[in-house]
Amino acid sequence: MVVRIASLFAALFLATSFVGVAFVEAQGTPLTLASTTSTENSGLLGDILPRFTKDTGIAIQVVAVGTGAALNLGRSGDVDVLLVHAREDEDAFVAAGYGAFRRDVMFNDFVIVGPDNDPAGLRAQADAASAFGKIAANESEFVSRGDNSGTHKAEMRIWKSTNIDPVIASGRWYKESGSGMGATLNLSAGLNAYTLSDRGTWLSFRNQGDLKIVFEGDPPLNNPYGIILVNPERHPYIQAENALAFIDWITGPRGQDAIAAFRIAEEQLFFPNAARP
Amino acid sequence: MSTILNAFSEAGALLASFDADFLAIVGLSLRVSLSAVLIACLIGFPLGAAVALFRFPGRGAVALMLNTFMGLPPVVIGLLVFLILSRSGPLGVLGLLFTPTAMIIAQAILVTPIIAALTRQTVEDLWREYGDHLRSLDARPLDRLGTLIYDARFSLTTAVLAGFGRAIAEVGAVMIVGGNIDHATRVMTTAIALETSKGNLATALGLGIVLLVIALAVTATVQVINAIGARKAAIV
Repeated sequence: MVVRIASLFAALFLATSFVGVAFVEAQGTPLTLASTTSTENSGLLGDILPRFTKDTGIAIQVVAVGTGAALNLGRSGDVDVLLVHAREDEDAFVAAGYGAFRRDVMFNDFVIVGPDNDPAGLRAQADAASAFGKIAANESEFVSRGDNSGTHKAEMRIWKSTNIDPVIASGRWYKESGSGMGATLNLSAGLNAYTLSDRGTWLSFRNQGDLKIVFEGDPPLNNPYGIILVNPERHPYIQAENALAFIDWITGPRGQDAIAAFRIAEEQLFFPNAARP
Repeated sequence: MSTILNAFSEAGALLASFDADFLAIVGLSLRVSLSAVLIACLIGFPLGAAVALFRFPGRGAVALMLNTFMGLPPVVIGLLVFLILSRSGPLGVLGLLFTPTAMIIAQAILVTPIIAALTRQTVEDLWREYGDHLRSLDARPLDRLGTLIYDARFSLTTAVLAGFGRAIAEVGAVMIVGGNIDHATRVMTTAIALETSKGNLATALGLGIVLLVIALAVTATVQVINAIGARKAAIV
């Protein structure tokens, strides 16, 4: 009977393995891109990556994590290319020799979303810093990513410019979700609280509850994305050739046009800004 | 409330669609979890029975460890396997990170203590009952081990199902070592987490319902086979 149970499992295993093996091995070892939840959850990568594969025949797969985690995957050599959004950290990453180079790809912007009745009065504010100041002065609930992601870093830069340290209010009006943009927006929708989101994830997010965009359009809310080749000299198994092909494609006319053409509800989410050769 | 109701229609639509991507996710979930359970059985049955039958120093401590490790946190095991399989880790040369194999390894580590601990208890109880008999037959230790595992086979099914339940429902470990890569390492639970983070709550819950249906189908299959086996054993 043990043999029979074992053979049953073996049979089930065999029956299911062909499904998995078929689609893993069809791709060989695909190029691996670490990117942020904002580009994956908004559907951008799902839209443009198949075009890249069609143009070049190169299979590519995405690990979607926060920018901090993506940089770590690059540091350990577990991925080939990074598409991230934390300019200072990206430059430091390349300067330290973990990345071969960085190039501009596109930008979008952050928006502050919050309850439609806007208890802290953000709609009347002139800039992002004073909007954040109002939230703190009013002790209105604010959900932070708190996960070292690009969005979290942008949020902390704005807090820094206000000279307010929100972390001392952590657990009271300032709540750190420690998770991705989508999970954080679910939390904000549940609490009816303010939060900083990239516009792409916000527009494609389906559980908005009573939240609305209450502040947008200030330069500190700019959100530039860069692409980095993980340094093949540090990690010999990096697929440098295919990775370079991808970087050339996404910064070239085909990729840039695909980014510009990507829309949700007729709104353009990402604006290509690679240096044209 | 409407989200919960929508989830049922989403689940029905998913099951009826036979969508290739969806079937691949279901297939990978079963492949990963069943493989992990198979490996866990191959290690856990003899390990648990050995702890039950043989007297050796530290036996109590091993039994305590097995019982404790039934509660291993998936995220921690995921992180540990991640660090070992990472290109910078000790087994990085294998290039296994972000593959189904990595997911099977992580789940096998989670499931093995469950199978081993439940096997130990079951075999120990049987040994108390039939120990004298086996001793009087002068059975060699390895024969005793095999005989008792064989005699416990119907009770051990529950251990196998407990292990399978743990594996198929687990998200923390497979998310970290698999990376939830579309068409490569996305399984039911990581797909549910992804849909939740997209705010597609009805789709996420619908996938959860499908996951339960699949778990039900696997469990029912094992139970039916078990019942047939038990009836045959009773006749013989």
